Amino acid sequence: MDPASIFIKSAFIDNLVLAYFLGMCSYLAVSKTVKTAVGLGAAVIFVLGITMPINWLINEYLLSDQGILGTDLTFLRFIIFIAVIASMVQLVEMIIEKFSPSLYSSLGIFLPLITVNCAILGGSLFMVSREYNFSQTVAFGLGGGFGWFLAILAIASIREKLRYSDVPPALRGLGIAFILTGLMGIAFMSLMGIDPAALAAGGK
Amino acid sequence: MAETAQQVAEQEPLFGKNEKRLLIDPLNDNNPITVQVLGICSALAVTTLVVPSLVMAVAVVFVCAFSNLIISLLRNLIPKQVRMIVQLVIVATLVTIVELTLKALNFEVYKQLSVFIGLIITNCIVMGRLEAFAMANKPWRSFLDGIGNGLGYGVILVAVAVFREVFGKGSFAGIKIIGNTSEFALNTNAISWLGWYSPNNLMVLPAAAMFLIGIIIWIQRSYNSKLVDIS
Repeated sequence: MDPASIFIKSAFIDNLVLAYFLGMCSYLAVSKTVKTAVGLGAAVIFVLGITMPINWLINEYLLSDQGILGTDLTFLRFIIFIAVIASMVQLVEMIIEKFSPSLYSSLGIFLPLITVNCAILGGSLFMVSREYNFSQTVAFGLGGGFGWFLAILAIASIREKLRYSDVPPALRGLGIAFILTGLMGIAFMSLMGIDPAALAAGGK
Repeated sequence: MAETAQQVAEQEPLFGKNEKRLLIDPLNDNNPITVQVLGICSALAVTTLVVPSLVMAVAVVFVCAFSNLIISLLRNLIPKQVRMIVQLVIVATLVTIVELTLKALNFEVYKQLSVFIGLIITNCIVMGRLEAFAMANKPWRSFLDGIGNGLGYGVILVAVAVFREVFGKGSFAGIKIIGNTSEFALNTNAISWLGWYSPNNLMVLPAAAMFLIGIIIWIQRSYNSKLVDIS
């Protein structure tokens, strides 16, 4: 598949939150207002876009048996991936703090949270199990991040409006958020009709 | 603080009332999924079938219990600044053990779970308990807390899986029990049990897991009013 179709597929059809439940914890915890949701969503796009290509390079040239070391080290994959993610998040945090204090103050608290966001590690593991090449990996990282951003933006807007509606007390907060996510999942299923390959070929 | 000091003074029993609470609390009042909202991330996708979710639940109990134990043993040696990395490395090692074991024992289920075993690393419940409990408590109590939370998580996982498999596929643990071609006939005649039932495809969709958890939370909170979200 070409990168453009992978971007569309990972953003809309195989949405990380709505189809695979990845990153649910922060998705539910940080979606109370639109402003914070946008901050976290942007940070996720950013980190996914950076860590996935790095993990791809490491997996291909360091861990696989055709790599530089010549031995099969794939059993170390989990440890290496999570270490890369943790250190990249730390690095990104420092770079942003240095060069753009305003972006840092808006993203600041969300960046450390991202280390344990399952969507990031999940993205890297999907990349391995689906055997993507480098350009596909970049597209998958950006597309997956964008899909995550869309999902958290949508639920945050709904939850903001929800404040004015009369939800049964026992369902308030968490319960209704789960049911809404389910409904959004069904809504996103209507996008399954999109054929990414045809779309990339100009709708023919 | 005074309470903990007292406990130490009177040689706390190996399995007393407090220890029992550590095991029981996460099953209901402090359930990781429905109350603490941790660990929903990785595992709900595996709840379409009962067997993989049982395996997942066992894996999480194992990882949770032993990571709690190890971190609790090391808690005074780990420098504060690098504790996240240390925790992640220990959890990742345990998960690798689980992954390789499962790969060797049951390749079929390993294939079904695919990346989700790996995602136990970032399962917030593991990290959450490490931060909230193991860093501040003794090894044995942390171990029990890990088991309790793993179980609390597993209970919800298996409950959702049973609903989804029975209603979505008409089967239980791979054996067809309701619907047209069910093998589980109550009478010895050829008439199958509940032959009119056709599987509900909605239950197989990811959305159904969301609805089910929403409903579980709803039921739990209507019985347990102190959990109701006031905001």
